[in-house]
Amino acid sequence: MAEAFYIPALNAEHLAEAVAWALPRIACELRADVLAALRDSEQKETAARAQTAIQMLLENARIAAADQVPLCQDTGTVWVFLEVGSAANGKPLAIPADIFSLVDPTVRWVWQDNGLRNSLLSDALLNRQNTNSNTPAFTELVLRPSLSGVRLTVMLKGGGSDNASRLEMLNPGDGWPAIRQLVLETVLQKAANACPPLVVGVAVGSTFDKVAALAKQALIRPLWQENPNPHLAELETELLEAINQTGIGPAGLGGETTALAVHLVTAACHLAALPVAVNLGCSAMRSVTLELTGEWA
Amino acid sequence: MADSVTQINLPVDAEVLSELTIGQELRLFGSIYTMRDAGHQRCLELLQETGELPFSLKGQALFYAGPTPAAAGRPFGAIGPTTASRMDNIAPLLYAAGIRLTLGKGRRSAAVQQACRQYQSVYLTTIGGAAALLAKKVLSAQLIAWPDLGPEALYRLEIKDFPAWLAIDCQGRQL
Repeated sequence: MAEAFYIPALNAEHLAEAVAWALPRIACELRADVLAALRDSEQKETAARAQTAIQMLLENARIAAADQVPLCQDTGTVWVFLEVGSAANGKPLAIPADIFSLVDPTVRWVWQDNGLRNSLLSDALLNRQNTNSNTPAFTELVLRPSLSGVRLTVMLKGGGSDNASRLEMLNPGDGWPAIRQLVLETVLQKAANACPPLVVGVAVGSTFDKVAALAKQALIRPLWQENPNPHLAELETELLEAINQTGIGPAGLGGETTALAVHLVTAACHLAALPVAVNLGCSAMRSVTLELTGEWA
Repeated sequence: MADSVTQINLPVDAEVLSELTIGQELRLFGSIYTMRDAGHQRCLELLQETGELPFSLKGQALFYAGPTPAAAGRPFGAIGPTTASRMDNIAPLLYAAGIRLTLGKGRRSAAVQQACRQYQSVYLTTIGGAAALLAKKVLSAQLIAWPDLGPEALYRLEIKDFPAWLAIDCQGRQL
C-alpha cells in the first residue's frame, strides 16, 4: 500500500522534493514487508548457519535505522518510476516534459549530505570514471489513464543483484517448464552473488526491451500482497518452493530461505515469442511507493 | 549458535588456515585490505611491472569491498562484501604472489579453488546486505593508495570480531 505524499503541484521541483525525502530513508531503513518476511524466515530455518545469517540481517536493519547509516555499502543506482493516471474528476493528468529535470541535482546533494556511495561511472565502455555524484539516475514514465492519481516509486538497486539477473527469448512451444527451468537456473548459478534471501521478479511477455522493465516493476509489490491473478499466485508458490529447495540459503551459507517471495507478471507478446526476464532483488530490497496528492490531483 | 566460532588473527599463519574446515564460522581480528574491480587491475599492473605485490601486500588478506563514507562516528557508514567471482581472473595471480586470504561473497571458479590448494590459501565469505553491522566491526581505516578510485581505493582496515565463514579451504574444497 502506497503512502500519501502531498505536493502542491505536479512539476519537477515538487517531484524532486518527494525523491529527496525518499532516498535517504530507503537507503537506511529496510522495507517493512521485507523485515517481516525475514523475521518469519528466522522462525522457519533450522540450520544454525542460516539462523545466524538471518539474525545478522535483522541486527543490520536495526543498526542502519537507529544510526541512519546505509543498510548496504552498495547504495545502488537510483530508479525513479512515475506512473501517471487520471485526476479525481476522471480527466487524464497533464505531465510537464521536464518533470525529471531536477532528479539528478537532487541525487547529487542527497548522496553528499547522507554519506551514500558513489557507484556510477560515466560510460560503461568508453569512460569508466566515477561521476562522483551517483548520477545519472534512471527515470521512467508510464501513462496509465485507468490509474487514479500519480504513483511515484523510488528504488535503489545494487550491482550484485542486477548482475545476477537474466533475460532470455525462449521457444514459445517450451512454455511454462522452460520458464520454470530458466528461473531455477538463474537462481542456482547466481543467487549466492545476489545477497539472498531474494525477492525474485519474473516477467513473461511483451517485447525484448520491455520484459526486463516488467521484471523490475514486479519487485515493487509488497511481499504480503497476493498476486491478484489466482493462477499466477499458484505458479509463484510453485517457483518459491522450488527455489527454496535449492539449499543455497541466506548469504549462500545453506538453508531453506533462498528467496522470500517470487513475483510473476505476464503480458501480451508476439506469436513467435516467449520473452522472459528474471530480476533478482537482494535481502536489502530498497524501495518506496508514494501516492502523490494535492489539489491538482 | 550451535557451531563453535573460531577466532582468526590477520595477517594469518598458514598453519592456522590448514586446520579450518569448510563452512566453519570465524571471527576475524587484525588487518585486512580493501580491493575490488579497478584496484585489481592496478594491482596486477604493478605486480607484472615489478614481479611482486605492491604496498607490502605479501602475506596479507584482501576484502572485496567498496565502503560508503564515514558516518555515525565510524570509519565507514557501511561496508560489506562484493561478488568475489568478478575477481576470479586475477585472484590466482595474487594468491601466487602471496595473498593468503580473500573475503567476499558468492561462489568462485575452479581456478581459484586450484590456487587456494597450490598456495595454501583460503577464501572466506561474509553476509552481503549486512554492511551497517559489519561497519561496526571496523575500528580504523587508513588510505593506502588510489584515492582517485573513490570507493574502490585501497584501504588498510583494522577489524575486530568480524564474522566470516570458510568458503574455500587450503585443499581447494568449496562450500
